[in-house]
Amino acid sequence: MSDLQELYQSIILDHNRRPKNYGALEGASHRAEGRNPDCGDEVKVELAMTGDRIDEVRFTSAGCAVSRASASIMTQNVKGKSRAEVEQLFATFHELVTGKLRPSEQEARGLGELAAFSGVSRFPIRVKCASMPWHTLQAALRDAPRA
Amino acid sequence: MSTRNPRRADFPLLAANPQLHYLDSAATSQKPRVVLDAMRAYYERDNANPHRGAYALSARATDRYHDARERVAAFLGASDADCLVFTRGTTESLNLVATAWGHANVREGDEIVVTALEHHANFVPWQQLALARGARFLVCPLTSDHRVDLEALRAMVGTRTKVVAFNHVSNALGTLNPVNEIAQVARSVGALVVCDGAQGAPHLRVGFDALDVDFYAFSGHKMCGPMGIGGLLGRRAILEAMPPYQFGGDMIEFVRDEDSTWNALPHKFEAGTPNVGDAVGLAAACDYLDALGLESVLEHERTLVRLAMDRLREVDGVCLYGPSPSERSGVVSFTMAGIHPHDLATIFDQDGVCIRAGQHCAQPLMRRLGVSATARASFYVYNDEHDVEALVASLRRAKEVFAGGGELLPDELVPCRGAR
Repeated sequence: MSDLQELYQSIILDHNRRPKNYGALEGASHRAEGRNPDCGDEVKVELAMTGDRIDEVRFTSAGCAVSRASASIMTQNVKGKSRAEVEQLFATFHELVTGKLRPSEQEARGLGELAAFSGVSRFPIRVKCASMPWHTLQAALRDAPRA
Repeated sequence: MSTRNPRRADFPLLAANPQLHYLDSAATSQKPRVVLDAMRAYYERDNANPHRGAYALSARATDRYHDARERVAAFLGASDADCLVFTRGTTESLNLVATAWGHANVREGDEIVVTALEHHANFVPWQQLALARGARFLVCPLTSDHRVDLEALRAMVGTRTKVVAFNHVSNALGTLNPVNEIAQVARSVGALVVCDGAQGAPHLRVGFDALDVDFYAFSGHKMCGPMGIGGLLGRRAILEAMPPYQFGGDMIEFVRDEDSTWNALPHKFEAGTPNVGDAVGLAAACDYLDALGLESVLEHERTLVRLAMDRLREVDGVCLYGPSPSERSGVVSFTMAGIHPHDLATIFDQDGVCIRAGQHCAQPLMRRLGVSATARASFYVYNDEHDVEALVASLRRAKEVFAGGGELLPDELVPCRGAR
């Protein structure tokens, strides 16, 4: 597979075209907006939380395929998780996209669709595209709860 | 197709990378060998701190700096070289005017007008000046083909208008602005006329003496010169009446304990050790462009822009922005339905095609175009048809890469509001 095919795997292209959990979240308790001023990408993440746990998460974005697919796959992976679990998952994801983690086949299976982002590590300037939704999620988790 | 553009041989980076298709000269141009040689020669033979040395070497450095100023001023059509202030580039030049002139002359209730085509460097300094002084900040709208709407501008200016700031050429779209027509509207109400020439000086004869502007700002690195130098051309009476921008060595005359007086032009606006090495490089860049002839440079760019627009239009889903080729410099801004410009840039890069993708430091313009970003290819003296063909081939390849993603979403099918 070429670097390009590895970056633009069908999972990523598919989530870009048909993102999951896309749109506004009615009755969100936490929200945040992320922006990348270099390229103009924008993402908005909204959460409904009970205590420390994410019950619902939705997002909207204007940006590249990598950032939109990353946001889509992220929302699928963090639903039902606690803050600590989200932090752990992001740490693993970050190692993956920066090339520090080269997952074995078994580890890749454990990562599920997140593993599709391993190709990003060959494109250092695209790391922030993949990470921005996660940074925005972190900001939403820090957001003061809304009634 | 013809052979490669022979000008590529003048540019060491391009000569060393025959597969590279450098289409980002609006961001920064490549540097010809003559510029690099001139800078090296200066540092190897003449380097010392100018204006203060009591020895022959320093006098030589002073001469080189003086000669560079004369040369660059002549290239820009300014007969009074003392009215050319060397700066780090257009951004610093515009900040100089907005700060030094602006704070001395703009008061509460005054109005500052810019256009929706501006780079952030000719937008934010004025916006912040307005906020600091309690003035109104007005943004002149564009016509449907993305030119400054002169009717709207006429309606917008009035007796309270203190500044009209606009670019010579749009960095995002390549639109050529009618400088003297815009200036005439500004003059009719007595406003200061400030022109951002970052994208003008590399492609057009500026002819500052005959140009109806008070200030003209430019960058060396977009016109074959080194990074880190540019300048501000101003009218002598205005420069002399203005307070300094920065304080320090070289710019003073007498320093008493209580107060200080300022050196003559242009030194009053050049605090600190001047950037002689880069000034020498910029002068060599002016020689290089003069030898080519700016008229033929622009004609060459237009030929490539016309070809690029024709070839891009053949690709389904492409939307082109900006006016017709005869009303623009060497810039083509476009989007591709269903593929974000940033993804295009990554895919193009795999083919050695360097383009800019994003907002081009022009968020107010992007909002008005109704896009979050565009892809921008920009042409200069060393480009040729092969670069255009590589651009179009990469675009077709990007479509193939993205074909696996399936049908477009409704929000990806927004109608093209460009010139297509």
